[in-house]
Amino acid sequence: MSGLRKTYGSIVAVDGVAFDVAPGEIVGLLGPNGAGKTTTINMVLGVLAPDAGAVRVEGRDLATHRSEVLEHINFAAVYSPLPGNLTVAQNLRVFGLIYGVRRLGERVEALLAEYDLARFRNTKSGVLSSGEQTRLSLAKAMLNEPRLLLLDEPTASLDPAAAREMRARIRGFAARGGGVLWTSHNMYEVVEVCDRVLFLSRGHILLEGDPRTLPGEHGKASLEELFITVAREPLSLEGA
Amino acid sequence: MRPPRARRVAAIVLRHFYLVRGSLSRVFPLFVWVGIDMVLWGFITRYLASGSTFRFSLVTALLGAVLLWDFEARVMQGVTMAFFEDVWARNFLNFFASPLRLSEYLGGLVLSSIATSAVGLVVMLLVATAAFGLTFAAYGALLVPFLLVLFVFGIALGITGAAVVLRLGPAAEWFIWPIPAVLSPFACVFYPLATLPAWMRPVARALPPSYVFEGMRDVLAGRPAPLAGLAFGAVLAAAYVVLAAWLFRTVHRYAVRTGLVARYAAESVS
Repeated sequence: MSGLRKTYGSIVAVDGVAFDVAPGEIVGLLGPNGAGKTTTINMVLGVLAPDAGAVRVEGRDLATHRSEVLEHINFAAVYSPLPGNLTVAQNLRVFGLIYGVRRLGERVEALLAEYDLARFRNTKSGVLSSGEQTRLSLAKAMLNEPRLLLLDEPTASLDPAAAREMRARIRGFAARGGGVLWTSHNMYEVVEVCDRVLFLSRGHILLEGDPRTLPGEHGKASLEELFITVAREPLSLEGA
Repeated sequence: MRPPRARRVAAIVLRHFYLVRGSLSRVFPLFVWVGIDMVLWGFITRYLASGSTFRFSLVTALLGAVLLWDFEARVMQGVTMAFFEDVWARNFLNFFASPLRLSEYLGGLVLSSIATSAVGLVVMLLVATAAFGLTFAAYGALLVPFLLVLFVFGIALGITGAAVVLRLGPAAEWFIWPIPAVLSPFACVFYPLATLPAWMRPVARALPPSYVFEGMRDVLAGRPAPLAGLAFGAVLAAAYVVLAAWLFRTVHRYAVRTGLVARYAAESVS
């Protein structure tokens, strides 16, 4: 991502955001509400056109090779559940076709097993619990074994045990070479999962670094404390 | 193995097939209303035909016209219904953040419409022929271009309707349902174009169905087959499809530029 900028009238939502996600790396995109996280993710997903800047995946520009680039990206977000009037298996088959998954039947079966969804195979997605829907969204996000996986608060609706399992799966995905861009308000899991974090504030990247050492570098005891400072007193960190 | 493009079109059709297969409330509208229309207009036609002095079959002229107009409306609604399923399921983000191209998405909607409108057409033909003796034999091979022009124009209307709803938000679907009824006075379904007042005629001439229904009446009246008019209607219908696809693409680009796709449920029209 280079030089991403998005304005809505006089409001600058994202201003000059630039970062990379390396293969196998989990990058946390952090920031208070309205900082520009979802705007950034929407631009990476191609559903929001930046006013300036570019999104490239493996050297290909999203603006000029939209379909080809999006074949290598996938996402899961709590605000974008899969159609509730299709069953779990039907959803995976439909999106598997869209993402051009080879040996789709086998892939769907493997994901149903991996995400503990086999018993819901013929259940309408809309009647699943929020945790089960999250697992389904993640199974869909893994269909094409993306090079870049975007997760917008993927564990927000999960209980602690399910969230831990989910984090383990995401780490496993990264260990196989996939890059992950992760947004979360749970600083505990960010420290546990992310290799690197980017703090967004007022549309630009304020801080960047290892989530385990970054708080100490700025005189804070924890990532949560640093987050609160970013949210309340971003100017104290400008130029840090 | 099919190329990816065909697989993505198939995904849209498969999605719609799953929805229709599992839902009586989606299966019934495919044939119930058009079936009722055939029964209603069948009796009206039978009543008007009794004691009439028309030189041609009133069943073919009137009931046949109703059937073909209903077919066009079903084609349009086939496209818009498949699109509305994504509106109602809030599925735009999942589809438009995927490799799916607009041409593949629209192609899937059109194929879904072919399947659903074919069901309606078969049911209408069965009711109209079995119960009221409708036959299209008088039209001969011309029936094919008649149907084709109406089908193509129905597709154009459906894509236009989808573009309007994408731009204005879910509640705008109520602008779309009445479109066939609004157009029918101009389309000369039941009467010759010459019947219309002068101000309505240019509108009628801009609508491909008016050439079809004028042509049908010409054939039934024993006049020469109106091939030139029909050809013009076909070109017009094809042009409307291109225009509709352009409109949908323009609205989609606007939606991507403004973030409307990502926050579609908010029904922002700003």
